[in-house]
Amino acid sequence: MADVTMDAPAARPELLRTADGMPLKAALAAASRRARIRAFLLVLPLLAFILITFVVPIGQMLSRSMINDQFSASMPAVGQWFADNPNAAPDEAAFAALASDLAGAAEARTIGEVGTRINYDVPGTRSLFTSTGRKAKTLAPPYRDALLAIDKDWDRPDLWATMRAASTPATTAFYQAALDRKLTPEGKYERADAGSRIYVTLFIRTFILSVVITGLCLLLGYPIAHLLAVLPLRHASLLMILVLLPFWTSLLVRTTSWMVLLQGQGVINNVLVSLGIIGDDGRLAMMYNQTGTIIAMTHILLPFMILPLYSVMKTIPPSYARAARSLGASSWTTFRRIYLPQTAPGIGAGGILVFILAVGYYITPALVGGADGTLISNQIAFHMQKSLNWSLAAALASMLLAAVLILYWAYDRLVGIDNMKLG
Amino acid sequence: MKKLLILSTALTAAAFAASAQEVTVMSWGGAYTQSQVEAYHKPFSAETGIKVVSVDADNPATPIKAMVEAGNVTIDVADVEYADAIRLCDEGLLEVIDPAILPAAPDGTPAMDDFLPGAVTDCAVTSIVFSTIFAYDTTKFPEGPTTIADFFDLEKFPGKRGMRKGAKANLEMALMADGVPAAEVYGILATPEGVDRAFAMLDKIKAETIWWEAGAQPPQLLADGEVAMTTAYNGRIFAAAAAEGKPFKTVWDGQVYEYDLFVIPKGAPNKDAALQFIAYSTDTQRLADQAKWISYGPGRKSSAPLVGLYQDGKTEMGPYMPTAAENLTNALPSSYEFWVDRDTELNEKFNAWLLK
Repeated sequence: MADVTMDAPAARPELLRTADGMPLKAALAAASRRARIRAFLLVLPLLAFILITFVVPIGQMLSRSMINDQFSASMPAVGQWFADNPNAAPDEAAFAALASDLAGAAEARTIGEVGTRINYDVPGTRSLFTSTGRKAKTLAPPYRDALLAIDKDWDRPDLWATMRAASTPATTAFYQAALDRKLTPEGKYERADAGSRIYVTLFIRTFILSVVITGLCLLLGYPIAHLLAVLPLRHASLLMILVLLPFWTSLLVRTTSWMVLLQGQGVINNVLVSLGIIGDDGRLAMMYNQTGTIIAMTHILLPFMILPLYSVMKTIPPSYARAARSLGASSWTTFRRIYLPQTAPGIGAGGILVFILAVGYYITPALVGGADGTLISNQIAFHMQKSLNWSLAAALASMLLAAVLILYWAYDRLVGIDNMKLG
Repeated sequence: MKKLLILSTALTAAAFAASAQEVTVMSWGGAYTQSQVEAYHKPFSAETGIKVVSVDADNPATPIKAMVEAGNVTIDVADVEYADAIRLCDEGLLEVIDPAILPAAPDGTPAMDDFLPGAVTDCAVTSIVFSTIFAYDTTKFPEGPTTIADFFDLEKFPGKRGMRKGAKANLEMALMADGVPAAEVYGILATPEGVDRAFAMLDKIKAETIWWEAGAQPPQLLADGEVAMTTAYNGRIFAAAAAEGKPFKTVWDGQVYEYDLFVIPKGAPNKDAALQFIAYSTDTQRLADQAKWISYGPGRKSSAPLVGLYQDGKTEMGPYMPTAAENLTNALPSSYEFWVDRDTELNEKFNAWLLK
C-alpha cells in the first residue's frame, strides 16, 4: 500500500531529491538498510551465542534420543541380514553374520558398546557379547551350533527382537523405555511389569511437586511483594535487600543451610525437643523426603515469584482501590475485583518462571530429597553420569522439554503470553 | 665461559621441562584421596619432579565416558572399581596398560605373580582392596550389633540406617543377612526370586534408611547422629575413628570386598607420566605405605608384611585390613562378572523400588 501512495507523486515530473541529487526514496531506503545492518551486527554475537549454546546442544540431545548407532555401527553383517529378511526367524546365515560381526567388533574393541546397547533392553546380556567376542575368532561353521555351544542364550527370541530393533540407528526404543514400555519377543512394545515402572511416576510426581512449590511461592510471595510495593521507599529498599540477599547466596550454601536446620538432630528439631513440644524419640522427619524438597525449593525459588509480582504491583495506582472502597466495595471485594486482576500479569510471569525452574531442578532434590523427594531431573542425571545411557537421558530430557513447551502453549492460549510481565 | 653458558641454559631448559610435566589423578575424595596424596603423590613428585594434581569425584569412573566422547580428556589417571574398569575397557574408553611396566617385588617375584589374583587386567592395575562394611555409633549401642542380620533388625537395634544409594553391595548384604552363605550369594542373586528376596529384606529397613552417595557422607551421617548405623567403605570409618576419635565401630560380618584400580582414560594428555605414576604407586613399598594413612589392604602380596603402624605411631593396622583373617570369617568378594552384566538392570529395579 505504501508503495502505491509513494508512486503517485513519483509519476509527477518534479521528483523529490536530496541535496546531492539522489531520489529521496532511494536515500531513505539506503539509510534504513544501513541502520538495519548495524542493528543486526549488534545482535549477531547474541545470535551466535544462542545458536552455539542453546540450539545446537538441544538439537544434539534430540538426535541422540532418536539415533543410536552403538549396535548398528559395529554389526554391519547382521544389520544387512535383518534388512534382507524382515520378520524371519534367525537361520544359519544370520548366525554366520553374527559370528563374523562379533569377531570384528572384538577386534575393534567395540564389543562392549554393542553389548551395552543390547543390555539396555535385555538385561544380563552384556557379558554374553563380550565373552563370546573373545572366542569369536575360533568359531567354525555351522555357526548356529557353534554359538549355541558357547552360550545357549544366543537362541533367545527377545535377544533377536532387540538386535533387530537396534540394527538401524533410528529408533524409538529410548522413548518407549522412558514411557516404561518394553519390547516383547514378538517385536511389539508393551507396558513394563510393575517392578520396573519408574519414569511415568516420576514425571507425574515432578509436575505435582512443581505445582505445589509454585503455589506455596505465590502464597508466600504475594503479601511480601505487596508490602514492598506500598511501603515508603526507605523501608522498602531494606526489605528488598532481605529478599535479594539469599538470591545472591550460592545455591549450595542455601541448600546445605536447610540441611543443618531440617535434619533429625538439626536446629529445628532440637528447639522443638528442648521446648518439650515433641519427645526425643518423636523427632520430625523433615529432610530426605518430599517435605525437605518442598521447603528448600520454595525458599530458593521465592525471589523468582516476588520480583515479577513486585514490578507489576509497583505500577498499580493506589487510587483504584480507594475508588472501589469509596464506591462501597468491601475490602475483600476490592481485592478480588480490583487489585487481584491487575496483578494477574505478575502472577502469570512469576508462576511460569517458578514452575519451569522447579520442573528442571536438580541439585536441591538430590541433596535433601532422599528416596521419595527426588525428581525426574535426578533420574536424567543418573543416566548421564552413572548408567551412561545417554540416549535414554536424552529421551527423558526431550520429553520434559516437550511437556514444558505444551504448558507454555496452553498458558498462551488461556492467559495470553502478552499478558506476562517479567519486570 | 661459553661452555658454562650452554650448560646453564641446558640445565634451565631441563628443569623447565621437568617442572612443566604434570599428571592429573582423579580419586574418591576425603580420607582416601588424602592417603594417596601422602603415600603416592608426594614421594612421586619428589623423586621424578612430575607434579601430581589431585581431583575428586563421587565415582571417578563416571566422567570418563563423557570426557573421551567429547574428545576433551582432562585427567590422566582415575581410581575406579573393578566392574567399571572392565566395562570401560571393553567399551574402548581406556588405554591398555602393558603389565611389563610394573616393577617386580623386592625379592624378585615377577609383578604378575605378586599381585593378588585378577588384580591386573588389560587396562587396569589394582592399588588396594577395600570393603563395604557396616559401622555403628558405640554411644547408641554399647552392646553393639555383631552380625549383618542385626543391621536389618530394627526391633533389636532401633534407629536410622544409612546405605549407599545403589544396588551394588546392598543386595549382597541383604541376602547374607537373610542367612545366605557368602559363597551362594551371586548364584541366588542371578535369579528373579533371589532379587525379590534381597529387596524384601531391604523393605524391612527402607522406612528408616537415609541413602548416601559420596563415600565421605556415612561418617558424617554417623557423627551428626542422623543415623545409628550405616554401611560405609571400611577405610572411612577407620579414619574417622582413629584420626578424629569418633566412637564408631566396624562390624566385619557380611563385608563385601573388592579391588580398586588405577586406569588411564583413552587420550589422556600425559599418558607417559600416567604410566610412570601407576608403575611407581603400585610398587611394593608404596602400597604398604598407603596403609599407614587408611585401612585399605594393599593389592600386592609382598606389601602385606610391610604394613605397620598407623600414622599416629601406635595403632597396629593389621586387624583393620579387610583381608585380615579374622575379618574374613563371613565375607564376600564382590563379583565383577555379575555386576558388569546386571548393573543397569538392578540399579533401575533399585530406583523403582526406592520410588514405591
